Amino acid sequence: MKAWFAAHWRALGLALGNLAAQPLGSLLSSLVIGLALALPATGLALFDSLASLASGVSGRPEMTLFLKDDTSAEERAKLERTLRNDASLSALRFVSRDEARTDLARNGLADVLDTLPANPLPDAFILTLRAPDLAAFEAVQARYAHHARVEHAQVDTLWVQRLTALIDFGRLVMYLLAGVLGSALVIITFNTIRLQIMTRREEIEVSRVLGATTPFIRRPFYWLGGLQGLGGGLFAWGIAALSLELLAPAVERIAQTYGTVFSLGRLAPEAVGLLLGFAALLGLAGSALALRRHL
Amino acid sequence: MIEFEAVGKCYPGGHEALAGISCTIRHAELVVLSGHSGAGKSTLLKMIPAIERPTSGRVLINGQDVGHLPASAIPYLRRKLGLILQESRLLTDRDVFRNVALPLEIAGLSRKEAEHRARAALERVGLADRLTESPVALSGGEQQRVAIARAIVNKPSILIADEPTAHLDPAYAREIADLFRSFNAAGVTVIVSTHDANLFAGANPRLVRLSHGRLAEEAA
Repeated sequence: MKAWFAAHWRALGLALGNLAAQPLGSLLSSLVIGLALALPATGLALFDSLASLASGVSGRPEMTLFLKDDTSAEERAKLERTLRNDASLSALRFVSRDEARTDLARNGLADVLDTLPANPLPDAFILTLRAPDLAAFEAVQARYAHHARVEHAQVDTLWVQRLTALIDFGRLVMYLLAGVLGSALVIITFNTIRLQIMTRREEIEVSRVLGATTPFIRRPFYWLGGLQGLGGGLFAWGIAALSLELLAPAVERIAQTYGTVFSLGRLAPEAVGLLLGFAALLGLAGSALALRRHL
Repeated sequence: MIEFEAVGKCYPGGHEALAGISCTIRHAELVVLSGHSGAGKSTLLKMIPAIERPTSGRVLINGQDVGHLPASAIPYLRRKLGLILQESRLLTDRDVFRNVALPLEIAGLSRKEAEHRARAALERVGLADRLTESPVALSGGEQQRVAIARAIVNKPSILIADEPTAHLDPAYAREIADLFRSFNAAGVTVIVSTHDANLFAGANPRLVRLSHGRLAEEAA
């Protein structure tokens, strides 16, 4: 095991020496990898932020039945019994006008509410459907929208479902992009390692004659590909972090104009780890292909 | 002991480089292999470290058939041999010391041990003061001595040299031949191919002459 570590240590030293011997070329190769990986990395971070926004809202779409102001307690109880007997509903919650006011005040609208002479909010039932699809919502809405004591039936969080679907779609596009660009990066590394093998052909031949095993010869190239990929990953991290930092104020301003608070998140440590690992893996894959083909 | 048993080598295309070579090289012998260009000297020497494999017959080192060794075992066989082949060029991006230390790197020796042994090998060939120089800064004879130091650094029991004195002027060639004689005197089996067998005349070597891939003459 000690010999195995020593062999890798030597190979790592050779690979670093190789990178240092051609600083500009190494830097540019890693930069190209970084630029290509930065796009999916930034996109995924963006969609992760949107996903956190969506998950902050109840993920299960709900419908709110706003009651008329003059609804008596008896009429309200009768409607509640009807709703409880509705098999298409999985949950039911009553929110009184006072509770609604307290919630609004808690969400920063206390000043506005204070200027009003009376609480303008109605009593409401919040319904959760067993099958939260559009058809089910339309059926429930049709059933209760014209009820004598219902002022308005409103579908609350269907947009969350749509947003979640869009985010999933966006993530898929980013993963596909990462896959396509990743393949390109494997080709870049393949070519770098191929050139290195050609440059070091004499050393390889001499080493073979002197008793070098195939792993001994291949190890520095694996390290070289892996390090180049890792370098690309570091560039991608830097570019993605910088992009998110630059985009964040603009996105916050846009969100404010819609009356919401939304901030772009930074790349999570596990995402950074994944990015660096993925980049290093691509480098290794490019090396492995080049070594299989040319050595 | 190295045994060639009816060794033949036929390359794709039908060129027969060796045919029916049989001879035995005993421990601590000095064997001088001679013959015209294309006689098969290099092919025969390359069969010992399994760089070439016979298409017929067997090559045995201490009873082990090297022609049928698995590919994974060949590097370990080569580490036990000292090789100065025409392909064993010096690497110009390494200094003299790192060229000589390369077999030790390959064998996985510690840096300290490698340094000690590489210095000793360079002292043995009289180049201890040229450690940090590039091989291109050395004369042809000095480069050949560096190649010899690289070959002996692993303390091999068999030393194989293919035309080590080619392209050297007579004075340098004699120096190199003297080095081989001294290794042989220290108990190393030395097999050297040359166009000029007279260089080794003083050491009373065993002469083996090849002609057109066949054993033409063998004399002590």
